[in-house]
Amino acid sequence: MGGYILRRAVQALVVLLVMSFIIYSLIGLMPGDPIDVMLSTMPNITPEQVAQMRHVYGLDQPLLLRYWHWLGAALRGDFGFSRLHAEPVLVVLGPALAQTCRLMLASFTLSVVLSLSLGVVAALRPGSWRDALIGFFAFAGISVPVFWLALVLILVFAVWLHWLPASGIATVGAGGFGDQLRHLVLPVVTLALAITGQFIRFVRASMIETLRMDHIRTARAKGAGERRVVLVHAFRNALIPVVTVMALSFGGLFSGALITETMFAQPGMGKMIYDAILGNDYNLALTGLLFATLVTLLSNLVADLAYAWLDPRIALR
Amino acid sequence: MSATTAGALAPDTAIAGWRLRWRRFRRHRAGMVSLLVLGLLLVFVLAAWPLQTALGIDPNATDLLSRYEPPSALHWLGTDDAGRDELLRLMLGGQISLLVGALATVAGGVLGIAIGLLAGYFGGRADAFLMRFTDGVIALPLLPLLIVLGAVDLTKLGFSSEFAHSGAAAFWRVVIIIALFDWTSIARLVRAATLSVRERDYVRAARASGGRAGYVMRTHILPNIATPIIVAGTLTIGRVILFESVLSFLGFGIVPPTPSWGNMLNNAQELVTTAPALAIYPGLLIFLTVIAVNFLGDGLQHAFDPRSEG
Repeated sequence: MGGYILRRAVQALVVLLVMSFIIYSLIGLMPGDPIDVMLSTMPNITPEQVAQMRHVYGLDQPLLLRYWHWLGAALRGDFGFSRLHAEPVLVVLGPALAQTCRLMLASFTLSVVLSLSLGVVAALRPGSWRDALIGFFAFAGISVPVFWLALVLILVFAVWLHWLPASGIATVGAGGFGDQLRHLVLPVVTLALAITGQFIRFVRASMIETLRMDHIRTARAKGAGERRVVLVHAFRNALIPVVTVMALSFGGLFSGALITETMFAQPGMGKMIYDAILGNDYNLALTGLLFATLVTLLSNLVADLAYAWLDPRIALR
Repeated sequence: MSATTAGALAPDTAIAGWRLRWRRFRRHRAGMVSLLVLGLLLVFVLAAWPLQTALGIDPNATDLLSRYEPPSALHWLGTDDAGRDELLRLMLGGQISLLVGALATVAGGVLGIAIGLLAGYFGGRADAFLMRFTDGVIALPLLPLLIVLGAVDLTKLGFSSEFAHSGAAAFWRVVIIIALFDWTSIARLVRAATLSVRERDYVRAARASGGRAGYVMRTHILPNIATPIIVAGTLTIGRVILFESVLSFLGFGIVPPTPSWGNMLNNAQELVTTAPALAIYPGLLIFLTVIAVNFLGDGLQHAFDPRSEG
């Protein structure tokens, strides 16, 4: 087990390192460079001065060398300065990361509760109208464009019904806890609906498979009540693969969070990365992407380890 | 003699197999409805050309004096924020969205099949390396990376400025960047299927009689793992259309004036208050297309694999 953990951790670290280089190169391929951005405010500069500035900032060095310097600074905790926010990148990143984690955890929890209950109900009578209805709901969840779902929810609940705010995280000047909570409702529901469809299908499939197993038949034969058979004997066993799949997709929530935060103007990591790419904020985009990768890798690592713990055969391979 | 018999027999059994699958598929109601819906959608997007000529409208001509017009005899669904015909742009945008969906799925599929085949057939180190690589790609935050790739300045890669800012470049860029990431599910599936087929007697016989790897893979393995690939490919189309729409919506995919269902919602925040119907149409079409494709995939799975339930 210890060896397995170590192996997985080293793998994740290698992926992170490779990705840091790829992302670094990609950011360099974005339109313009830091000098161009500076120059837009200084019209009277000569080409010689531009070349000199490129040299001072090291932009004329080969890619690998620049990456090496950046990596050295990054390992010391220096990720540079954000152009858009005029603050060190890490200062901007902290609150955004917290905001995104809040959104992701709330949506994930809501989605798990929804899918576990709906998935089990669907699995109890495959082919019934309840199963068909839940199945359609699941397919709709998988097939809906998240940004459009957000748009429809804004249209209905904010523009037409005036029940909930359409954007932001608090009303300016009047932000109590209840007010902040009201601002979270639509983003959380959007993101939760976007992933629930997939989860329902996993839960249903796993439940149906478990209900066919011998130990269920034994439990029934020994006279256990239907409630006990479903909730204790089947559900707990069906959970093992489901937990893994759910944990594995936690990292994938990040893509949904980017869309949701952009649509509802939530100052999280996703919107921050998007704005940074649009606004040529190279340091912020680079660091944001790296942290997004880190979050995804970490949650996958945790999911793998949880799986190995639940099913010891995995670690032996 | 025996060779001709075998040659004549093989296509017949193959056809019978497909006929059987078609019969099973026809019993899957949701799958049949989806097939019909997709057919209608195809007719809808292709109707752009005749309708354009019949009404005599240029779908790209902007007219700022007739923004957000209500539906009329000339503009059946009204006009958008630049005074362009909404219906024609929905049809043309659909052509782009469906084309991107098909092309990126094929490109990603070829990549996935190649990687899965190599890993499954050769096993050992190649397998370990390719699968670790696949795991790595799966573990990436997809959308942020697609956005960065969509933001890459093509002139820095040596393309001419004229090409880099053309509509064709935007189109192919979307196809390529989506294909670069969306091959992992097919690769894993092909690997697993290859592993199980590789040890069958006829494959062993083919290898024992000196069949080269490429030949064995092409004639003995690929045809026998075709059905799961078709199912996975169908589901991939739906995902690709969703990726294209969100990229175009965020401004990193298909760029105006070329319409796509995603970029027609670029000014959605404004539409929600001024012309809500225009905020609904494109998304509804994406939703309808993707859900139909997904139900079709479900129906195919049912038809191809009798053991699958539901």
